[in-house]
Amino acid sequence: MYEGVVQDLIDELGRLPGVGPKGAQRIAFHLLAADPTDVRRLVLALTEVKEKVRFCKICGNVAEDELCRICRDPRRDVAVICVVEESKDVVAIEKTREYRGRYHVLGGAISPIEGIGPDDLRVKELMTRLADGEITELILATDPNLEGEATATYLARLVKPMGLRVTRLASGLPVGGDLEYADEVTLGRAFEGRRLLDV
Amino acid sequence: MGPVGLYRDEGVVLRTQKLGEADRIITLLTREHGRIRAVAKGVRRTKSKFGARLEPFMHVDLQIYEGRSLDIVQQAESLATYGERICADYGRYTAGTAMLETAERLTSEENEPAVQHFLLLVGGLRTLADGAQPASLVLDAFLVRSLAVAGYAASFEDCAQCARPGPHSYFNVAAGGAVCPDCRPPGSVTPAAETLVLLSALLTGDWAAAGASEARHRREASGLASAYLQWHLERGLRSLPLVERG
Repeated sequence: MYEGVVQDLIDELGRLPGVGPKGAQRIAFHLLAADPTDVRRLVLALTEVKEKVRFCKICGNVAEDELCRICRDPRRDVAVICVVEESKDVVAIEKTREYRGRYHVLGGAISPIEGIGPDDLRVKELMTRLADGEITELILATDPNLEGEATATYLARLVKPMGLRVTRLASGLPVGGDLEYADEVTLGRAFEGRRLLDV
Repeated sequence: MGPVGLYRDEGVVLRTQKLGEADRIITLLTREHGRIRAVAKGVRRTKSKFGARLEPFMHVDLQIYEGRSLDIVQQAESLATYGERICADYGRYTAGTAMLETAERLTSEENEPAVQHFLLLVGGLRTLADGAQPASLVLDAFLVRSLAVAGYAASFEDCAQCARPGPHSYFNVAAGGAVCPDCRPPGSVTPAAETLVLLSALLTGDWAAAGASEARHRREASGLASAYLQWHLERGLRSLPLVERG
């Protein structure tokens, strides 16, 4: 145990995800030895993130204003919505530079075993967005795991009466892997979604 | 410190929890070792060798390294992939999740062999994935049978208190099922006779009789089966209120 404030800092750092007691101690002593300007910058970033960041009124993504950068951008295609579980997924898809539509962040996936049902996610908000008739395609980009698949199935069934084009991201073999290590479900999906090689 | 070594077993994945950067703790119900928890390293990476093999509902053949605190999954081969077919229907998914949670809760001790629970779960998931029976009926059959395997078999015909031959018209969860007019505790309910016949058919696996039942009796049977389960588990199931009953 260290004295007062040093121990408090170690305890607080130890509560962060992925930081154990040794790691917390290492970061604390790094901060003690660091230049005061660097530490002040970190403090400012931490304070600002809690004060300024909120959730976009339209899509639920993290934003600094009422609307996020993507919902504010007039060049984005308003007719397509891509549904994701978390804000982190928006960043991952944005990195591909393939998608020019807008997003909808659900805030998780349906997981009855954790007590999370459709009412705990931003499903109602999605239905409101779809009701205005501007949207023509809904891309379901929930995680390719069991909860993500079930959430996609639920949403597809829910929006079916609206007559939209509902698509799901393709699943298959990861680029750079070996075929023999692929599991049956993934390999099965890759076969299902095979495409014509027109050379 | 326990013995350190490798073991092999087959099991059904009940639940997964994220651990650290890319790992997961997998809770499994195995044939020989009962309910176990083991770490699957790197399973959340897209290039993981496990892929979809350690997702809930998967029936897998495993090689596990016995660690000091948590075991570690070394290899996994699929024996049956129920998840894909169960997930394709939302009603089936919610019913299946309630089955997994029931299996987890009724096998309270880790590493205590529970072969009957394991076989019941595999059979239940197979029936659910086949889609030949309504998901809600499969779930109720699983609930009453799991409770019977756990030692809490309900009586749907003879009196649960004095064993007087039935059928009886009263049902009391705390008393253990159907009760005769003499034994009936206060607060007993009076379900339809057909509901008790249905529950009895679900307990014995008489799908022909269960399939011929009417929707209102199925609803009543679901209510009784859930109440009976909640009575025997100290905490309620999280997934049961989210089950979509057809």
